[in-house]
Amino acid sequence: MTFKIAASPHAHQRRTTQQVMRWVYLALIPGVLVQTYFFGFGVYVQLALALLTAWVAEGLAMRLRGRPVAHAWQDHTAIVTAVLLAISIPALAPWWIIVMGTAFAIIVVKHVYGGVGQNLFNPAMAGYVLLLISFPVQMTSWPIPNELAQLQVSISDTVSLIFSGFTQAGYNLEQLRMGADGITMATPLDSLRNDLNHQLTLGEALSKPIFDDFAGIGWAWVNIAFLLGGLVLIKQKIISWHIPGGMLVGLLVPAAIYWLFNPDQAITPMLHALSGATMLGAFFIATDPVTAATSNKGRWVFGLLVGFLVFVIRTWGGYPDAVAFAVLLANMTVPVIDKYTQPIAYGHGGRS
Amino acid sequence: MSAATKAIEAGHIWTFPGGIHPPERKELSNQTSIAPLPLAKDYYLPLKQHSGAPGELLVQVGDQVKAGQALTQIGANNGLPVHAPTSGTITAIGPGIIAHPSGLADTVITITADGNDEHIALEPLADYTQISRADLLERIKDAGIAGLGGAGFPTAQKLALQRPLDYLIINGVECEPYISADDRLMREHAQTIIDGTEILLHIAGCKKALIAIEANKPEAIAAFEGLLDKHPQLALRVVPVKYPSGGEKQLIQLLTGRQVPSRGLPIDVGLVMQNVGTAFAVAQAVLQGKPLIERVVTVTGENVEKPGNYWVRLGTPVAYLLEQCGFKPEPDQRVIMGGPMMGFTLADLSVPVVKITNCILVPSSQELAPAQDEMACIRCGACADVCPAQLLPQQLQWLAKAKDYDGLDQQNLFDCIECGACAYVCPSEIPLVHYYRKAKAEVRNIAREKAKAEVARERFEARQERLEREKQERLERHRKAAEARKKAQAEAVAQGGDNPQDAVQAAIARAKARKAAQAAAAQQQNKEGDDA
Ligand code: SF4
Ligand code: SF4
Repeated sequence: MTFKIAASPHAHQRRTTQQVMRWVYLALIPGVLVQTYFFGFGVYVQLALALLTAWVAEGLAMRLRGRPVAHAWQDHTAIVTAVLLAISIPALAPWWIIVMGTAFAIIVVKHVYGGVGQNLFNPAMAGYVLLLISFPVQMTSWPIPNELAQLQVSISDTVSLIFSGFTQAGYNLEQLRMGADGITMATPLDSLRNDLNHQLTLGEALSKPIFDDFAGIGWAWVNIAFLLGGLVLIKQKIISWHIPGGMLVGLLVPAAIYWLFNPDQAITPMLHALSGATMLGAFFIATDPVTAATSNKGRWVFGLLVGFLVFVIRTWGGYPDAVAFAVLLANMTVPVIDKYTQPIAYGHGGRS
Repeated sequence: MSAATKAIEAGHIWTFPGGIHPPERKELSNQTSIAPLPLAKDYYLPLKQHSGAPGELLVQVGDQVKAGQALTQIGANNGLPVHAPTSGTITAIGPGIIAHPSGLADTVITITADGNDEHIALEPLADYTQISRADLLERIKDAGIAGLGGAGFPTAQKLALQRPLDYLIINGVECEPYISADDRLMREHAQTIIDGTEILLHIAGCKKALIAIEANKPEAIAAFEGLLDKHPQLALRVVPVKYPSGGEKQLIQLLTGRQVPSRGLPIDVGLVMQNVGTAFAVAQAVLQGKPLIERVVTVTGENVEKPGNYWVRLGTPVAYLLEQCGFKPEPDQRVIMGGPMMGFTLADLSVPVVKITNCILVPSSQELAPAQDEMACIRCGACADVCPAQLLPQQLQWLAKAKDYDGLDQQNLFDCIECGACAYVCPSEIPLVHYYRKAKAEVRNIAREKAKAEVARERFEARQERLEREKQERLERHRKAAEARKKAQAEAVAQGGDNPQDAVQAAIARAKARKAAQAAAAQQQNKEGDDA
């Protein structure tokens, strides 16, 4: 009788890529729920569209590359890309936005570079940036948090808005985004940035109703929910704390210093931390293993860089939120970071 | 005393990067005392059971041997002898499958037991401090002792290196899951291990030994604690449970904070390490004159009915050992020699237990699920987090697949200790260690080919040079001879003799005329032919 030959190690910790990915999208659930609570059911429609597109695009790309299609579907990486993109775009954006963004992310950013593990850029963020540059209006038209909205949008209205641009009663998105004062509502970061640019003081800028919560209605809670999900991932050892930690430090320390010197003209550190895509970016986007640095030291440096770039772009750049740009820019530096943070191997003169 | 040494003395335990905590599963085999194994019918003794050259044969087919009788003698390059495990007849000497990951064949002596188990007379030694260090080393060599921890390095060879030593480290960590052979040995024979350690200290000429045990072996720790009062030269060190704490380099880092330099030896940082089993064997060899003919082997896994530890004679076929333990193979059964992290699978169970065999593991596919299909690396970095050598396993993997040998060198492939921690955590189930082993083999091959090519090139160049030199010499000789001839001729002509030059000219003229006549005749003939 002959026996089976196998290479050591024969033991394996049963946590597959699929499980890792599953943890990631499960940890996103609190954030998605909070988002829905504040911004309506559009998030679900976007999610459904993104998942469907990702599934088709992944299959198509694998078929074209002559690879087993099932393999790609199994690892769940496309699901994560789709979910991240779907929750990054405004909930009521027209359907073709998410379809185009997801297809681009999967087919071009992921597969043209060779598929899982080979892409240089975070697919979801590259898709996001493509959309942001091409369709700035649609991409920055966030719905008004339900608490402030004059008109509540039903599920059927949501679907109708996303697919036709109008609610069943015939309102378009712009009309829905009017506040009580008849001015289109911006996101907290947007509004703040405009006001500061128009020489208002921080105190004046923060007196708008959208800041009735501590860091902008809705946005602060969404960020807290993503923070929670992120902590679960760290607890589960799906991600290490180095990237989120680095990113928050890299963002908040310069922000705090700048704010101390410029209390009237700077965004408060609290607002930096809890608005826009800060927490989503720190725990779910910058941590994309494929496109981040590899060693713990490298991850820390990478995180600091992302955070600092977010601060710079938010403060002086042309876009209100900066996470996507910051992540993509930092992605480009990964080879250099990796090179200079390579740990000293045992026996090569390092100290223990 | 430096601060670092003070810390070592104070029992400070350092740490090493990475490491993993796989399920230990030691309770499967560590509950019962080490049991003797009934004699087998046939024993297979590979001549080479240690690293280095085999010893030279002393016996031939048909010889009667007794247990403990040397079958080979100490060979060149520290080749160790092997001994008959029991009394019987030598029935074959020839190629046989040996316990090696490659399943290679090597020379194997077959002994058919007579069942009487007669031993040769032993020569105990009353006081080892009375004989010279060289004689002690010879005794250890004669007993055929190689490191019983895994690599099988000849023990005497390690001890013979003469360099100032700070500490002798006795490795009782046994961090591989499932294995409990050292654990049981320590619980049951702590005193003998201590005796062996004292002997090793004496030979190594070193003041102090650190005995390291992993914290998950409280009984073994207690056994030593109770005895160490009487041995001021020995100190116990309990290391935290983490794989691979028992790796030589990692244990050195844990106990002393030092790192063995890349491509160096522990002795380069003033340390030498021996396994507890080796210390036990040394005590037996020196004090009682017993050669190494048996060892403790853990038999474990869900597919044996009687998991436990056994005194197994070297040469016992794995099939027999498993049969005695109630082996129930399942389809696609894996039989692993060694532990789940670093052991290798056997295709054929006729391979024998040898000096380095510490465990036979027959897991069910539930407890150790077979490897899944390899998926693409997602660069999650989990492998780098757990690598105790601080390498970047995923980088190594890319480079190994791309056969980028320079890159592999830059990434210190050869510092990989093949512990398997990286592959253990890889979510994509990439058999990382497998790739490293292959790459290492390829690099070694290339080095060998290069060395061969280098030798060939040198030989070729030397030959070319010689030919060239000879040609030059020949030309020189010819030139000299020609000159001499010319000179002689000139002298002869001057003295009124025939100028040979004229004769040559005349001969050439004659030949030309003859050729011209022949050509004319041929033309004539052709013409006639055409006319006809
Ligand atoms: S653990 Fe596996 S998948 Fe993750 S980086 Fe290492 S090799 Fe790649
Ligand atoms: S097998 Fe090699 S690369 Fe992998 S963890 Fe162990 S030392 Fe590091």
